[in-house]
Amino acid sequence: MTRRYSALSLFKEGLVGQTGWRQAWRSPEPKPSYDAVVIGGGGHGLATAYYLAKNHGIARVAVLEKGWIGGGNTGRNTTVVRSNYYYPESVELYGLAHRLYEGLSKDLNYNVMLSQRGMVNLCHSTAEMEIGARTVNAMQINGIDAELFSPEDVRRVAPIYNFSPDARFPVFGGIWQGRAGTARHDAVAWGYARAANRLGVDIIQNCEITDFIVEGGRCRGVQTTRGAIRTERVGMAVAGHSSVLAAKAGFRLPINSYALQACVSEPVKPILDTVVLSPGCGVYVSQSDKGEIVIGGGLDRIPSYAQRGNLPTLETVIAGLLEMFPIFGQLKLMRQWAGIVDVVPDSSPIIGPSPLPNLFLNCGWGTGGFKAIPAGGTLLANLLATGKHNDISRPFDLDRFASGRLIDEAAGSGIAH
Amino acid sequence: MQLFPCPFCGPRDETEFHYGGDAGNARPDGADVPIERWANYLYLRGNPKGAAREIWVHMNCGEFFVMERDTVTHKVVSSTALGGELAA
Repeated sequence: MTRRYSALSLFKEGLVGQTGWRQAWRSPEPKPSYDAVVIGGGGHGLATAYYLAKNHGIARVAVLEKGWIGGGNTGRNTTVVRSNYYYPESVELYGLAHRLYEGLSKDLNYNVMLSQRGMVNLCHSTAEMEIGARTVNAMQINGIDAELFSPEDVRRVAPIYNFSPDARFPVFGGIWQGRAGTARHDAVAWGYARAANRLGVDIIQNCEITDFIVEGGRCRGVQTTRGAIRTERVGMAVAGHSSVLAAKAGFRLPINSYALQACVSEPVKPILDTVVLSPGCGVYVSQSDKGEIVIGGGLDRIPSYAQRGNLPTLETVIAGLLEMFPIFGQLKLMRQWAGIVDVVPDSSPIIGPSPLPNLFLNCGWGTGGFKAIPAGGTLLANLLATGKHNDISRPFDLDRFASGRLIDEAAGSGIAH
Repeated sequence: MQLFPCPFCGPRDETEFHYGGDAGNARPDGADVPIERWANYLYLRGNPKGAAREIWVHMNCGEFFVMERDTVTHKVVSSTALGGELAA
């Protein structure tokens, strides 16, 4: 009966043939009512349920997932964790996520394999270097670790970059965040699921929302493929499908859904021990702990709900990769995939009450939801528990589109939006 | 690689086209347009899963047109020159 993971439990299980490990989370039947319901069993949804139970003592919570947990964007990203944003509002948000990530393995008793290998955003001209210096200054003023890299610094962390004199994108320097890195994406979902389950949260998979129960102008629950579930508080963390659920609830959102592709090469020996992003090439790349080269790029050009991606964008990404690292021309690609991301005009998320009372939003993370999972969960849990914003989520309310207080992080989001 | 039908040039490579937003998202007119109406026009989107009516531009000929398309299968249903879709 081994419930907690530790060196001692590993040792004990070794002695009894690994027969005592327990299911990491239950698969209960949905109850007719809960104190709160979270729609979406990805990283943000599971984190929301965990922090509802842990921070607010609300454990009669259901996470409803139409497929399987972590099967959407949580399982389809490139695992980068960073907080190198420009505006103070974003720094508060992503800084919170980054700090929580640093303690997450201990907090969840689950190794999320956070690897703070650093990340460099390359600058390819003197003009880009000036913008880079401005970004580094902004990050330092906001209390985020940042360093302006010289070409020699870049050569030190990424010696296989194309530094030849005829390189199409020569390196003038870069923006360095040493605390950035990667985490194991599935482990984040599984860790939150296991920890939330231990606190009493019901994780219900294969349960799709068909409609909202609206009484007296307020959301009073959800209709699902597994029956009606009543609750006074519904949180929604469904990324690319936010508009679909919003339509069921009777409102529209400032979101366009696009496919975002990524791919990995065959595994090779360690050759790249940092995350490298080149805005010029439209590509970012890292090497996984297994040895695969993990490659991401810009959005597909066509609004889409097809989780597969298209060839022209993949060609652009691969062409950019080979400009950066000609040595990768010999690699074979193993897999390519796409997730559906919810792109907002100012490239910042939407966190806050929806136009339907009792229904709260966590969406609009676009291409960068993975790095924000602990913050998205903390803030949606706070909204569900208190019904109110705190100082960190307030600027990301839906009302910013009417008031004009946009937080335009098109540059900080890293890739073309 | 997908071919999109330009109503003026015929089937062309998808990379020649640029997405221009929801069809029928009429620009508000007049001096007393409320803030919410402006925000709706500028930012809110239908973003449907499945059948969609969208404005596209064929960058080579520069013409805007309406394309009906399925956002899941990417199957194009129709492609027609602009009628009154941009008028208030």
